[in-house]
Amino acid sequence: MAFNKMNLKDIEVWDGNHAAAQALRQAQVDVVAAYPITPSTPIVEGYAKFKANNYVEGEFVMVESEHAAMSGCIGAAAAGGRVATATSSQGFALMVETLYQASGMRLPVVLNVVNRALAAPLNVNGDHSDMYLGRDSGWIQVDAYSPQEAYDLNLMAFRISEDHDIRLPVMVHQDGFMTSHTAQGVHTLSDDAAYNFVGEYKPMNDMLDFEHPVTHGVQTEEDWHFEHKARQHNDLMLKAPPKIEEVFTAFEKLTGRKYNQVESYDMEDAEVCVFCMGTSVETAREVASEMREKGIKAGVVGLRVVRPFPFVQVAEALKNTKAVAILDRSSPNGAAGAMFNEVAGALYNTGIRTLLSGYIYGLGGRDLTKAHLVALFNELQANVNAGKITTQLQQFIGVRGPKLSYL
Amino acid sequence: MLEIRWHSRAGQGAVTGAKGLADVISTTGKHVQAFAFYGSAKRGAAMTAYNRVDDKVVMNHEKYMEPDFVFVIDPALVFTSDVTINGKATTKYIITTHLTKEELAKAQPKLDGKEVYTVDCIKISRETIGKPIPNTPMLGAFMKISGMYDIEFFKESMKRVLGKLPQKIIDANMSAIQRAYDEVK
Repeated sequence: MAFNKMNLKDIEVWDGNHAAAQALRQAQVDVVAAYPITPSTPIVEGYAKFKANNYVEGEFVMVESEHAAMSGCIGAAAAGGRVATATSSQGFALMVETLYQASGMRLPVVLNVVNRALAAPLNVNGDHSDMYLGRDSGWIQVDAYSPQEAYDLNLMAFRISEDHDIRLPVMVHQDGFMTSHTAQGVHTLSDDAAYNFVGEYKPMNDMLDFEHPVTHGVQTEEDWHFEHKARQHNDLMLKAPPKIEEVFTAFEKLTGRKYNQVESYDMEDAEVCVFCMGTSVETAREVASEMREKGIKAGVVGLRVVRPFPFVQVAEALKNTKAVAILDRSSPNGAAGAMFNEVAGALYNTGIRTLLSGYIYGLGGRDLTKAHLVALFNELQANVNAGKITTQLQQFIGVRGPKLSYL
Repeated sequence: MLEIRWHSRAGQGAVTGAKGLADVISTTGKHVQAFAFYGSAKRGAAMTAYNRVDDKVVMNHEKYMEPDFVFVIDPALVFTSDVTINGKATTKYIITTHLTKEELAKAQPKLDGKEVYTVDCIKISRETIGKPIPNTPMLGAFMKISGMYDIEFFKESMKRVLGKLPQKIIDANMSAIQRAYDEVK
């Protein structure tokens, strides 16, 4: 059965969800097993619509939960197909058990995680709680700051995930509503150019290859479990980063759009820096430019690849700063922020000393305003001027009530 | 940077209107952003949608906005929401109502002294589209007040945006846009 191609304008006005759905269409995903949840719903809805209108040749599997959705993806990936789905928040949480199965079985899957808060209290808006929940799941995690990047990173995710040296599932993150439901200009690739970039799916150890029978989903106890886990970690640490770089480079050649494991903006001579993820990176970039007009040497570092954590590149990006704010959009619930701790580890172990302070912000979609960021850069400058951190190490941005600070 | 805030009820098409406007503006080489506040809004609940337009890529993702234009596409919202919130001295208000400007300012003193334009998008959409979907007429009124584009160019662009709808509905929307353009005061 032949499918129809779609004529796209060079620049389409798409929200992040539609951009991701279009990328799934252009990659000609074979199987989407999905249980839709806000705010990621339009991604799988979009794929289903493309399929109904004969723009993809694939299967949409309707299931009874997110646990079943990822289980369906695992089965389809093991059978030897290109597989993707999308989820958020509670759905992601329900998927967690199967996330470890997918990565442990070394199956290529692309999961769009449209970041949303975790209940209780119930909240449909964007924060990074679900992204943080996936941190140790053995997946590669990349983060988009805009609809354009959600589109681009989806196309790149298949190529990284399906590489025979990698064979690890990839999560493409975008901020719930702030990216997923925000329409902006997206530079598109033609269907042919996009598909050629992603490449034809080449199965490995696929269950439907009856000439070469294989076993998936095995049990290993103390005899082999550790070796499997160690090898998976090894491949994330050593094989994934160069492959990600290779795909980023190939994508730049095709589109002119350059991606890096760690994104640095205005950092050449920056003394004060905000380190964050998601849409906040772009808002902070705009504020950093405005701070420079006021004589403050401000810069922004955004984490593009969350896992495997680019330890060396993070340290490199921050090495000449005098004060850095690490922004965590997830409640650490009884510790320093997770990103604060990770960056602190990268700096301490590479001998880099800067005034490092942590901030919890934006939970449940709470707005991060430009005014907040102006105050933040000023606070960092005050730290630089004092030669020490003038506040406690952990503070909150944008929460009402008496000021909270710790450590 | 041009910033617009829409006041609407969920289901009246503010999000579609904001995205449609962004789509048209994007074709002229400008950079756009269109988004909305949802919460767990149900049909009929008051909600807001937003447009940003600039000559460079819009990187500001804050939800806070001091709008240049405020569109109110449901007549009751000037009484139940604060449509002047975060307004500037120069903010222009285009409000769907059957009242005259004077009657409106008397009924809602917050609008007194503001640059207010009125047009009955509900009546126009009922009479043209056959349903109270006041989003496209609001854009017709906006074209008149802002002078952003020639109305014929705008209608042609909206025909493309609405492309997948039946011809009858597209034609009705064109009449709605033109009427609001002609009738806004």
